[in-house]
Amino acid sequence: MTTAIGPTEVPSQTGPHASVRARRLLLSEWTKLRSVRSTVWSLLLLVIITPGFTVLLTALNASQWSKTDPARRATIVADPVSLILGGGFAFGQLSICVLGVLVMAGEYSTGAIRASLLAVPKRTPMLFAKCAVFGLLVFVFGELVAFPSFFLGAAILHSKAPVALGDPGVLRAVIGAGLYLAVLGLFALAIGALVRHTAGAITGVVAFVLVLAPLTQLLPGNLGKHVHAYLPSEAGQLIATAHKEAGGLLSPWQGFGVFCLWTAVLLAAAAWLLDRRDA
Amino acid sequence: MIEARDLSKRYGDKLAVDHLSFTVAPGTVTGFLGPNGAGKSTTMRLLLGLDRPDTGTAMIDGRAYRDLPEPLRVVGALLEARAVHSGRSAYNHLLILAQTQGIPRRRVDEVIDLVGLTSVARKRVGGFSLGMGQRLGLAGALLGNPHVLVLDEPVNGLDPEAILWMRNLLKRLASEGRTVFVSSHLMNEMAVTADHLIVIGRGKLMASCTTQEFIERSSRKSVLVKSPDAARLAELITADGGEVVTAEGDELTVHELPAARIGHLAARDGLELHELVPQSASLEEAFIELTRGSLEYGDHTGPADQGSSGDTDEGPALREEGAA
Repeated sequence: MTTAIGPTEVPSQTGPHASVRARRLLLSEWTKLRSVRSTVWSLLLLVIITPGFTVLLTALNASQWSKTDPARRATIVADPVSLILGGGFAFGQLSICVLGVLVMAGEYSTGAIRASLLAVPKRTPMLFAKCAVFGLLVFVFGELVAFPSFFLGAAILHSKAPVALGDPGVLRAVIGAGLYLAVLGLFALAIGALVRHTAGAITGVVAFVLVLAPLTQLLPGNLGKHVHAYLPSEAGQLIATAHKEAGGLLSPWQGFGVFCLWTAVLLAAAAWLLDRRDA
Repeated sequence: MIEARDLSKRYGDKLAVDHLSFTVAPGTVTGFLGPNGAGKSTTMRLLLGLDRPDTGTAMIDGRAYRDLPEPLRVVGALLEARAVHSGRSAYNHLLILAQTQGIPRRRVDEVIDLVGLTSVARKRVGGFSLGMGQRLGLAGALLGNPHVLVLDEPVNGLDPEAILWMRNLLKRLASEGRTVFVSSHLMNEMAVTADHLIVIGRGKLMASCTTQEFIERSSRKSVLVKSPDAARLAELITADGGEVVTAEGDELTVHELPAARIGHLAARDGLELHELVPQSASLEEAFIELTRGSLEYGDHTGPADQGSSGDTDEGPALREEGAA
């Protein structure tokens, strides 16, 4: 308790260059992310669940192959990637939904947001630095999960529906699975920033990702088909398929574009509110 | 130097801060006093850019907090509510703040040592006691070695030894020429810590003066008199322009008349005196007196309240705190 507090010095009025400030914010957000357990647990779950369910679902499909009806078999053969990546990621993505919400709403629920905003009173640079660091982290882990999942699933399905990384659209689909997770993380982060309550925001994200899709399929005819196709996660998942589904409304990149647009709009709203609301 | 000009903030239908203006000078400890719910925390949040004022401006060294490029190097703040992620270690919490301002890691170790948290620095903050949380908050405030400190109830939850340490630290920071602005609802703590006081009640400025002036100005001197002839003496005192506030048995409390004059009156009529004690009002009494006034001239002027004591006058302020 006897350490000197240090002499007072007058800091510069303009502050450091924008690039220096950006680097500091990114570093700080990285420390935030790596210093809480929820990050470790969520990513660990992603790494275990995704390949795990990929293996389980492809193995079940392979073992039941002779009993599967021909139309379903034809769909799988036409695009084995969407089966391989679809199953595992459908489960694995939930951990990213939760983590994305916690990254932002967790600051509010613990009160840490006040310390964050005292350090960065302009506020929105903090949000965007958080997005950059978190998006990149999820992208890296997404790819770490996507490639092993693909190779495992492809090996299991090999005798029934052969697929290789060099086939048209396949490499893009595998990389796209990681991209999808990264944007999904930002989508959840944005909802966390808007709702500011962990439980409420998680419910909101899960409703978007899991509940709305089957509900919209209950809508009649063309309307239901269009609403379903433009839902954020439904559109976004198309990037992890090798090519446009027969009769589908959106191509893989179009679908991903729709998902990015949803996310960008939500993030813009979150930034606007962050700047205006009392913390 | 902190300058608040015409600050107002409304939450729902409650006006938490009501056209408040004051300045806080460097080089002294300035106490920010008010009963619970008076608007102290809100005012500090407005100073720090956490809440937006409905009217007015808050300036620190002539700039709004939001416009400070490296705010933690200018202003150190300790907020009343805990502002730390409970799952993070104290060290990481401070490191995160340091990294936003380009403050080196060794400074993090330095402030942890300064507030005496070295042994628990790597432990999760969720397990900290209130006092440890306050120390961590203070470490965060001192991190950027700022020349302005805004501390909301810093002695809350501290044990007596730590309160003494905090008091000396605040005085030392002020003696180094820093601006030290400390809120408290504990008047006696402020009496021994602060050189200057800013007192608010219901979001309005009640007083801004030195601590000494505050006590002298806002309280009446009273004298305790003990005499077997209390009843006779009371008559003499009243006839001489004094006011007998309480009379219980052989004890009188007298306002508006100095002890010497009371002694003279007793001697003139040959009355026996056992005690004649001038009472100097404590800051607590001065404060209660002042805020009682603010409530009486406020919005409850019903006849039923005319004779009410200080205790019940605290009522509305406390009720508001509960509803907030």
